[in-house]
Amino acid sequence: MATPFREILKTKDFVVTAEVGPVKGSNVSKAIEHIELLKDKVDGLNVTDNQSSVMRYPSLGICLLIKEHDGEPVFQVTCRDRNRLAIQADLLFAYSRGVSNVLCLTGDSIDVGDHKEAKQVFDLDSVQLIHLVHTLNSGKDMAGNELDGGIDFCIGTTATPSADPLEPQLIKVEKKLKAGVSFIQTQAVYELDELKRFTEFVRNIDEKVKILAGIVPVIGAKMAAYMNENVPGIFIPQHLIDELAQAPKGTGVSKGIEIAARVIKQIKEEKVCDGVHIMFIGREERVPEILEAAGLL
Amino acid sequence: MIIAERKPMEEIKQAMAPYKKVLVAGCGTCVAVCWAGGEKEVEILASQLRLARSAEGNEIVTLEATVERQCEKEMVEELKDKVAEVEAVLSLACGSGVQTMAELFEDKPVFPAVNTTFIGMPEKEGLWVEMCGACGDCFLDRTGGICPIVRCAKGLLNGPCGGTRRGGKCEIDPEKDCAWVLIYRRLEKQGRLDLMREYYSPRNFRAVKRPGRVQAVKA
Repeated sequence: MATPFREILKTKDFVVTAEVGPVKGSNVSKAIEHIELLKDKVDGLNVTDNQSSVMRYPSLGICLLIKEHDGEPVFQVTCRDRNRLAIQADLLFAYSRGVSNVLCLTGDSIDVGDHKEAKQVFDLDSVQLIHLVHTLNSGKDMAGNELDGGIDFCIGTTATPSADPLEPQLIKVEKKLKAGVSFIQTQAVYELDELKRFTEFVRNIDEKVKILAGIVPVIGAKMAAYMNENVPGIFIPQHLIDELAQAPKGTGVSKGIEIAARVIKQIKEEKVCDGVHIMFIGREERVPEILEAAGLL
Repeated sequence: MIIAERKPMEEIKQAMAPYKKVLVAGCGTCVAVCWAGGEKEVEILASQLRLARSAEGNEIVTLEATVERQCEKEMVEELKDKVAEVEAVLSLACGSGVQTMAELFEDKPVFPAVNTTFIGMPEKEGLWVEMCGACGDCFLDRTGGICPIVRCAKGLLNGPCGGTRRGGKCEIDPEKDCAWVLIYRRLEKQGRLDLMREYYSPRNFRAVKRPGRVQAVKA
């Protein structure tokens, strides 16, 4: 049995989580491969919720697979696709099946995805979603009705330490902290100064919350430019783009892994924050290489 | 005011295909100001329609009229005689105007010639921006007079999403400002940032019971 993430957060010095991206279709064999490969190498496996507004196999479905394979899932819940009734129902179902960690996030806009004409919901925002989980944890639903069989989720959320301007983002982070979260997974971080500044801000409000720095390896200068332009909340600095551009042809992925491992090592050595969350989207099978190069295996 | 945009000519032509004589009806209020459905636009559309049909060897006769407000029955009634002469009405009013026309002249098909887009204001000449979502539960007192419900692409109440672009632009469009960055700057300027730090609970989406019906009390 995997150690509950809540315990990990309390006891482990440096927490490491990774991501399992749901498949496009009903064939889950690839996801199972990734779960088997990663479940014992990291402390928790996040499952994205129609990531980038692209319709996929549900987050909750992959979370159940992780449970079946003795891993520790973190159920990502965005506000984009479901209203408050649907979100509460999914949370009850998730908990009843042993999924007890939830990551509350706003969700990308429908406009960036593959169903651009769909109605986006945003009945709630991410701060309200955190409050909602606490309400369910207290044994009631949002309408104040008693629940027969409550839940007890470990709650996390996200933040963007490299936002510009930063202040409005920090005000929102403050609200999330006041709502009550056990951990924060940041958006991809490439500059440690930004991460340090962010950690300091958080620590002044909440000393206990665990901060996991988001690590998104970049495997080429072109990809970096594309991500800067198209992936919400991602800002890759020019010096990294230059470093990638100088890498010999065909070595982009290993260069990306090298840079990611370097950043992780530095975060760990300098104790910048409490851990990392690795998002190697579409290349989950290479996450162990990052862990190994960062000295985490 | 209510903003609208003219529908593509192809769509209008297709709607008018079965008819030989139509009334092209404008509205002199909102849609006139936003260059979509006033007297001038009526004249242009009617002549475009005649030319297009004439080029196909299938002439159409157009009557033209613009009332001050097509959303008021009394004003639309002025068109009674003209409507009686035609097979169909092509309305350049907002959705409310089109429906008023359709309700008043139930025996005649009424077609929209514009798409009603939003409640907004002119940012500069010819450029209109959305300002109000008519949510029925105005939030502007807490946000320095900037509506996050329609000016934030996600309608968030507690601050910006994590997708804000550098320089405070919206995740979905670098031309648009992040509403929450605007709100932050406005409240900072007014020394009222505490308002942004407050937690706002989920919206009451039933503040207006749809379809809306409001009984006003005369002052």
